[in-house]
Amino acid sequence: MAISVDVRNLSKNYGEVEALKDLTFSVSKGELFGFIGPDGAGKTTLFRILTTLLLADSGTASVEDLDVVKAYKQIRRIIGYMPGRFSLYQDLSVEENLRFFATIFGTTIEENYDLVKEIYSQIEPFKTRKAGKLSGGMKQKLALSCALIHKPVVLFLDEPTTGVDAVSRQEFWEMLQRLKSQGITIIVSTPYMDEATLCDRVALIQNGRIMQISRPAEVVSTFPLGLFSVSSADVYRLLHDLQKLPKEHSVFAFGQVVHLSYREDELTRDDVIDFLKEKGHEEVTVEEIKPNIEDCFMELMQKE
Amino acid sequence: MRTILYIIQKEFIQVFRNRRMLPIIFVVPIIQLLVLVNAATFEMKRINMAVVDLDLSGSSRQLTSKFQGSPFYQIIGAPFSYEEAEVLMQDGKVDVIIQIPNGFEKNLIKENHSQLQLVVDAINGASAGLINAYSTNIIMDFNREILIEWLNPIQLGGIRAIKFDSRYWYNPKLNYTTYMVPGILVLLVTIIGLLLSGMNIVREKEIGTIEQINVTPIRKIEFITGKLIPFWIIAMFELAFGLVIGKLLFNIPIVGSLWLIFLSAGVYLFVILGFGLLISTITNTQQQSMLISFFFMVVFILMSGLFTAIESMPEWAQLLDRINPIAYFIKIMRMVMLKGSTFTDISSLFYALVAYAALIISLAIWRYRKVA
Repeated sequence: MAISVDVRNLSKNYGEVEALKDLTFSVSKGELFGFIGPDGAGKTTLFRILTTLLLADSGTASVEDLDVVKAYKQIRRIIGYMPGRFSLYQDLSVEENLRFFATIFGTTIEENYDLVKEIYSQIEPFKTRKAGKLSGGMKQKLALSCALIHKPVVLFLDEPTTGVDAVSRQEFWEMLQRLKSQGITIIVSTPYMDEATLCDRVALIQNGRIMQISRPAEVVSTFPLGLFSVSSADVYRLLHDLQKLPKEHSVFAFGQVVHLSYREDELTRDDVIDFLKEKGHEEVTVEEIKPNIEDCFMELMQKE
Repeated sequence: MRTILYIIQKEFIQVFRNRRMLPIIFVVPIIQLLVLVNAATFEMKRINMAVVDLDLSGSSRQLTSKFQGSPFYQIIGAPFSYEEAEVLMQDGKVDVIIQIPNGFEKNLIKENHSQLQLVVDAINGASAGLINAYSTNIIMDFNREILIEWLNPIQLGGIRAIKFDSRYWYNPKLNYTTYMVPGILVLLVTIIGLLLSGMNIVREKEIGTIEQINVTPIRKIEFITGKLIPFWIIAMFELAFGLVIGKLLFNIPIVGSLWLIFLSAGVYLFVILGFGLLISTITNTQQQSMLISFFFMVVFILMSGLFTAIESMPEWAQLLDRINPIAYFIKIMRMVMLKGSTFTDISSLFYALVAYAALIISLAIWRYRKVA
């Protein structure tokens, strides 16, 4: 498959802080590629380098075979970028914003209406409303419309769903799937692990390093450990006590339950139940479960 | 081109949508002209004087009445000793003390000369100079009168004296308003222009929109031009508005060509707006931009020759004023408005502004980086 975005040995430091360390990856044309990682992992820095806003210290990167340093002008014509922060004019109306961005890309709303129709039609009833007065979900739809109005080949979305409600998030990902089906390469970053499963491939990124790149299903299937979901009447004490288990393991609070990962040759379900009974826990349940992407990520972080 | 037009349109929408902008645009010029022109005056209308007349003769009374008759002087006390008069000055009640010593008239007749003492409160140096000049004038006048009175005509004919009569050209009545209005108009367009442009790009940085703009293929020159022109139009409008107020309210003379005034203003505004945009590109917050703009504005205004003559500044300050755009424009405005100077007269000042504008706008475009 043809390569859309290619990154080789990319590094970037801010003074003493290493924001990106020797990143290498490539994204195929028409792929929906996700970067999953906590705040400060280097996602925004990477996006800024790829969108030609920032220069890397070393390494190379290209978008659609155009070098991000030498051919930045051509790149700016063919990419759409939605920064993490809402970056439209709050004092301009929905329609004025869209028209403004269409104009500075040398096009018109009418010319590329097809592409944004599906998204824009949802906010069109409010087109005279000022962008600053929109709800979070609508702002984001407007921002996506503005990033799409010039028919970009590659779309960069930096944490598009941060601060957006669950329903709007789901809608947003459905929109991305549809854009993908039109052949647009989409690179998206998110701190939400559940969104990772919606990508074709995900890169887990932490402290400026990519820890793993694979399909979401593979991430889960390569989880090397066993996993229990443990609950009891007192979750807080449960978490506390489980950390004292004598065998090698790790525990994470996961809503109302605790996930306990362990080496399958060292620990059994009965060991855990016995241990907890000994500690005086009531209503103890221990279930063998399949890991989800968050478990994998926690495990990878643990290894770091 | 279409891009530039659209940016201009967008800037106008944003300026007029900002509810606080309209009053600023319309009220500021009126207030500035009304308050500054009337308040910042150097004319001495009421000089408070104390006369210490120790002679109490006909001549001393004659001199006192000359001061009394002047519209500028108000004799508010005639203490019997210099010490008492000094107390009045200490309290700030009098600006000037004239002391006529005992034997003033006698000496004048017997020895043909006599002495007077003039004490001026010089806390405000400029007005002290004026008081001194006014008072000396009146005393000289008195001197001439007694000469004529005492000498017989034959003798008088024998005295060779140069009599001089001064006229004030371009502002015959030394009307302070006439002198101030052109300068105040310059301040007006400067403040509006510098603040509007200085806050603009940095505002886009603050609200984050610049990041979205920077990834677009828009050219730097298009962006800066699109930013400059709306403020240029607003500031030109301000100048026109100010001129109308000046004409209607103060009846200021506009001797020279209005076209020349607007042509020079147009070039001058490119300097000021370029300056503002340059500040805007090097700062990160509106607060920083505001502080830097104010710093330059205060220095430039105080050194502009608006209040104090540039010619009386030390040489290094005059050299420094070569980079002060306000000084150039105030000079042009005064020359054209009061003197009726033509383009040839102001050409060197005009071309200096053109060069300045070209330099500062190039610098702003160069300094604006389309990066994060």
